[in-house]
Amino acid sequence: MRRAATALVALVLAVMAVVVGASAATAATETPTPAAAGQTTETTAASGSESGGLAITARVRTADGGDVEGASISVTQDGAQVATGTTDAQGSASLPVPAPGAYDVELDVDSLPESAQGLEPRSPTISTTVEEGRDRTVAFRLSEEGGGSSAGAGAGDQVLQRIATGLRFGLVIALGAIGLSLIFGTTGLTNFAHSELITLGALTTYFYTVIAGLPFLLAAAAGLVTCGVFGYLNDRVLWQPLRRRGTGLIAMMIVSIGLSLFLRYLYLYVFDGGVRTFPGYAGQGGVQVLPGVLLRPLDLWTMGLSVVVLVVVALALVKTRLGKATRAVADNPALASASGIDVDRVIRTVWVVGSALAGLSGVVLGLQQGISFQMGFQILLLVFAAVTLGGLGTAFGAVVGSLIVGLFVELSTLLIPSELQNLGALVILILILLVRPQGILGRAQRIG
Amino acid sequence: MDISILNNALAAAIGLDTVIYALAALGLNIQFGYAGLLNFGQAAFVAIGSYGIATIVSIAGLPFVVGILVGLAGSVVFALLLGIPTLRLRADYLAIATIAASEVVRLLARSNSLGAYTGGSNGLSGFAEGFYDLNPFPQGTYGFGPFAANERNTWILLVGWLLVALVALATWAIMRSPWGRVLKGIREDEDAVRALGKNVYAYKMQALVLGGLVGTLGGFVFSLGRAAVQPDNYATAFTFFTYTVLLLGGAARVLGPVVGAAIFWVVLSLTDGVLRGAIQEGWIPAALMSSSQVGQVRFMLVGLALMLLMIYRPQGIFGDRRELALDGR
Repeated sequence: MRRAATALVALVLAVMAVVVGASAATAATETPTPAAAGQTTETTAASGSESGGLAITARVRTADGGDVEGASISVTQDGAQVATGTTDAQGSASLPVPAPGAYDVELDVDSLPESAQGLEPRSPTISTTVEEGRDRTVAFRLSEEGGGSSAGAGAGDQVLQRIATGLRFGLVIALGAIGLSLIFGTTGLTNFAHSELITLGALTTYFYTVIAGLPFLLAAAAGLVTCGVFGYLNDRVLWQPLRRRGTGLIAMMIVSIGLSLFLRYLYLYVFDGGVRTFPGYAGQGGVQVLPGVLLRPLDLWTMGLSVVVLVVVALALVKTRLGKATRAVADNPALASASGIDVDRVIRTVWVVGSALAGLSGVVLGLQQGISFQMGFQILLLVFAAVTLGGLGTAFGAVVGSLIVGLFVELSTLLIPSELQNLGALVILILILLVRPQGILGRAQRIG
Repeated sequence: MDISILNNALAAAIGLDTVIYALAALGLNIQFGYAGLLNFGQAAFVAIGSYGIATIVSIAGLPFVVGILVGLAGSVVFALLLGIPTLRLRADYLAIATIAASEVVRLLARSNSLGAYTGGSNGLSGFAEGFYDLNPFPQGTYGFGPFAANERNTWILLVGWLLVALVALATWAIMRSPWGRVLKGIREDEDAVRALGKNVYAYKMQALVLGGLVGTLGGFVFSLGRAAVQPDNYATAFTFFTYTVLLLGGAARVLGPVVGAAIFWVVLSLTDGVLRGAIQEGWIPAALMSSSQVGQVRFMLVGLALMLLMIYRPQGIFGDRRELALDGR
């Protein structure tokens, strides 16, 4: 009992040590960009300024994610102008408002700079309500007249583009899903804190590259090592003692939810609520890969890297001794143990490798859509959907499920508004449970 | 450091948050404490109650009683939709499916596409007057010391605590009936109960619906007490807080959730007050913690409490360890 308690404290301290250094340094070096990745309005509930100084932050971006500088924004209340501002290089303008209440935020379309000429917001005026102690962010998304981000392209090209971005997203999910699925397979733990491993990869990489000043690739490698070490500590300090005590699986799942909540808000505490980007990779333009398919060179590199990593993991699982042992433990821990496999060692390896893969998934995701304290949590349910779809506990199923979920999420935006894209995947998750709960590659006996 | 911190903490013991979380946890207690169902979508049941009233009154313009009926009906339908695919499966599937379903409800509520009915991410307000028109208390201050409240708060707190008392009484009554004993039997050993010829699936479904309805009552108090609904109040954190409340007081105890909610909010209010006071007095250097970070410490504390409770005292303060068969697969 006492040992477990000291161990738990040690775990908490270890997390603090990893991230706390970032605290002062991030505050000193970085101006956070407000959180508004794609969403129309967003409250920064937890990080909103508590005393006075209420503000509405307006962001102006083009549909393909470029920030628009120099657009004039005005805030009115009941027809009376309250504040005006011009967007900065990050495409955002902070507009102070005197008191909580309802405001109209208007974008002056004629003021748009040359780079955004001919583009229009869905509506030039957004109404919003500012609550006590909470800043508001509103986002204007500019697209060509007539809606649709690529109005010029034909429907077939749109499908191709969606397939490309879907594969890109699916690979990110796959990197996160393998670890989750193997940890479930070998220990039975449904690890809700897996999302925090994803976030940790991006945050530590950001820390190493921006604050410690390492080159990006080195920083990313160091970030993955940190994730692996953290995964090892996770198992060694928390989960292994719990398994030894015979703690039930449901109890362990609730513990992982507590851990996830704790870590997520620790990240917020240290990192604050803004969305940041890795320096040097922010404004990369797309290149034509196939007719109608536009991807950034960066995306091609990360997709290639993801595929290589996934293939290596798959080969390791099939060919190496340890990989075979891992699959044996996932299949039947008791039998594996009886045939002389060191189950604890296998589980530790799975934790280290799974955490490092989750970290890689976080780095890649950070390159695609920016880094925030809850980036992992936002995709956690999609990772769960992928793992369930592929069959809980199977590594290959997780990859197949991830690609399907990624493609589904992107392709569904052809039919439903993109703000609801994640919703489709969650509905699918529930439908799978109805039709084939064991997943594509799972076996029925597992679901008991 | 002044006396107002203590006053606020004492007031939190009977405050609106305590009522809301007590009701949500009472519902969860029926599902998780007695039937062993891992419902991680309690936030959605609460949201359905809140939006039931808000949408019916402020968008459709009907009286709030209709909103209450719509909320209750919506919650039953939601429970059935959720239960049909998942209740036959192992516990952790139910957990994943319910958490996904509750996010679906929240994302729908905050989407622009349904903004005409839900107010999008800004939510709705101005629907609570029908309820406050029924207020029998004339204008003035009621109660004493830290428990003083104006006539509006007195009215909503009175209604809220009446609901808590009724639900607790009903829980006590049904859990000692044969129906309740079957439910506990399912929690302990599903196969044994099935072997006795009981329809386990139907019992689980009834528990899910019943617990959801109680959560929906909490949603009514939530929306009427705040006189506003905002979709992000119904995020997964709400459910996790509810679990902490339930495990703190003791699952499978009739009054566990109520006591748990009171302790939970008193402790949060105390730590909030003490930390803010300490920052104001300069006892905590500004580089270490700013006053906006106090709210984040609250979440970290809850996460840590949830872990430690589950590891060291899963039965909570008043629970009985034998009542909580969390070790079964």
